[in-house]
Amino acid sequence: MEVLTPRSLAEALALKAERPDAVPIGGGTDVMVELNFDRARPDALLNLNEVGELKGWSREDGRVRLGAALTYADAMRPPLCDLLPALAEASRTVGSPQIRNRGTIGGNLGTASPAGDALPPLLVEGAEVEVASVRGSRRLPLSEFLLGPKRNALAADELVAAAVVTPSGQPQTFMKVGTRNAMVIAVCSLALVADRERGELRAAYGSAGPVPALVSAPLADREAFAERVAAAARPIDDLRGTAAYRRHALRVLTERALERCLA
Amino acid sequence: MRIALVVNREPHEADVWEGESLLFALRERLGLPGSKNACEQGECGSCSVLLDGRLVCACLVLAVQADGHEVITVEGLGDGDQLHRVQEAFLEAGAVQCGFCTPGLVVATVDLLERVPQPSDDEIREALAGNLCRCTGYAKIFDAVRLAAGIQP
Ligand SMILES: Cc1cc2nc3c(=O)[nH]c(=O)nc-3n(C[C@H](O)[C@H](O)[C@H](O)COP(=O)(O)OP(=O)(O)OC[C@H]3O[C@@H](n4cnc5c(N)ncnc54)[C@H](O)[C@@H]3O)c2cc1C
Ligand code: FES
Ligand code: FES
Repeated sequence: MEVLTPRSLAEALALKAERPDAVPIGGGTDVMVELNFDRARPDALLNLNEVGELKGWSREDGRVRLGAALTYADAMRPPLCDLLPALAEASRTVGSPQIRNRGTIGGNLGTASPAGDALPPLLVEGAEVEVASVRGSRRLPLSEFLLGPKRNALAADELVAAAVVTPSGQPQTFMKVGTRNAMVIAVCSLALVADRERGELRAAYGSAGPVPALVSAPLADREAFAERVAAAARPIDDLRGTAAYRRHALRVLTERALERCLA
Repeated sequence: MRIALVVNREPHEADVWEGESLLFALRERLGLPGSKNACEQGECGSCSVLLDGRLVCACLVLAVQADGHEVITVEGLGDGDQLHRVQEAFLEAGAVQCGFCTPGLVVATVDLLERVPQPSDDEIREALAGNLCRCTGYAKIFDAVRLAAGIQP
């Protein structure tokens, strides 16, 4: 095995183009579990920890650019937590302090798990994913980036550079069902924005379909919205819960989120 | 490959296998067995260390990622034979039974008290949520954290 450690984004992209088989590793909270349990033995790892351009976040005319290496701990700190409150709430539910100090948004996008907790809050805020390669960079809506369970739209030579969001500034929240407050993969989760400005309700569910997905409706359809979210989900029975339970829970979470956001 | 890192304020070099964790390197290459290996999947916190001042699970850091960085393990908290006040508090409160979880909990508590010198019970609960203990039932661990923080019971 080989570890490649680029010191800049340009170098990282050049290495990824040269070695498309190299597995990127950011916080390592998903990749290391695979390595420790011998579930993966890639020929090369691309260590992104020394790439300064991927770290932190910045404002770009009204938009917020979250570097791929932004950690959950970063997302919980002001002022970012005030710009993207649902993302901050979701971040607080991730793993433990140790996991939140290492785990990144870029890694959550890379893993593209149906249960990825950063994904529903980004979906309801209309996030785009900026992916980069030596061929240039492109931005695509998060809903198009997520292709299926643990599948995303990255080409072999591409890396996630950032998630780009225009914060709505509208009331929003994130909720997650699990057996404990900490250290749980969501049985199901929900992010919701009550966007008074656009007269729209937007919800996104996690762990209730092959990919976290967005459901929206006019604000006036509030009464039917919980049912609509539950009906849109495509949950399955698995170790963590049944499809029927997940649909029920989504209905309850949507009602609660509406109460919270429209209070 | 060879990595160079600062562990417990002293420079070290180690020859590591590219795929190994920082936890393995600390225990098996650098002779620092204080950080414990239990789950190797970030669930138990017994391998908790400070990496550049941040609390992390050493089992989830690639050893090579620590190249050029600073690590503090439980061995580096005290001053010679003088235990850290958090270690003293764990002993005094009887927060140690088999002791396997103790190094991780001590490092996590040091990190908590650094950020929040007078934590509430909820803050303690949240800060230690990633550290499992199979023996104590946690009550004595809470006592130890409050004792170290100088919070009157
Ligand atoms: C104990 C524990 C608890 C957890 N709890 C939660 C939880 O509550 N909610 C949750 O959503 N997740 C959870 N996770 C999973 C994990 O922490 C998250 O998915 C996290 O966001 C991964 O980020 P990372 O930087 O650690 O990813 P890594 O492990 O470094 O990478 C993850 C994947 O993304 C790819 N990747 C990383 N960066 C890039 C990039 N810039 N470009 C392209 N590909 C990239 C990697 O190749 C890999 O496929 C948990 C994990 C553990 C071990
Ligand atoms: S051994 Fe690292 S968290 Fe359990
Ligand atoms: S004292 Fe035995 S696991 Fe905590």
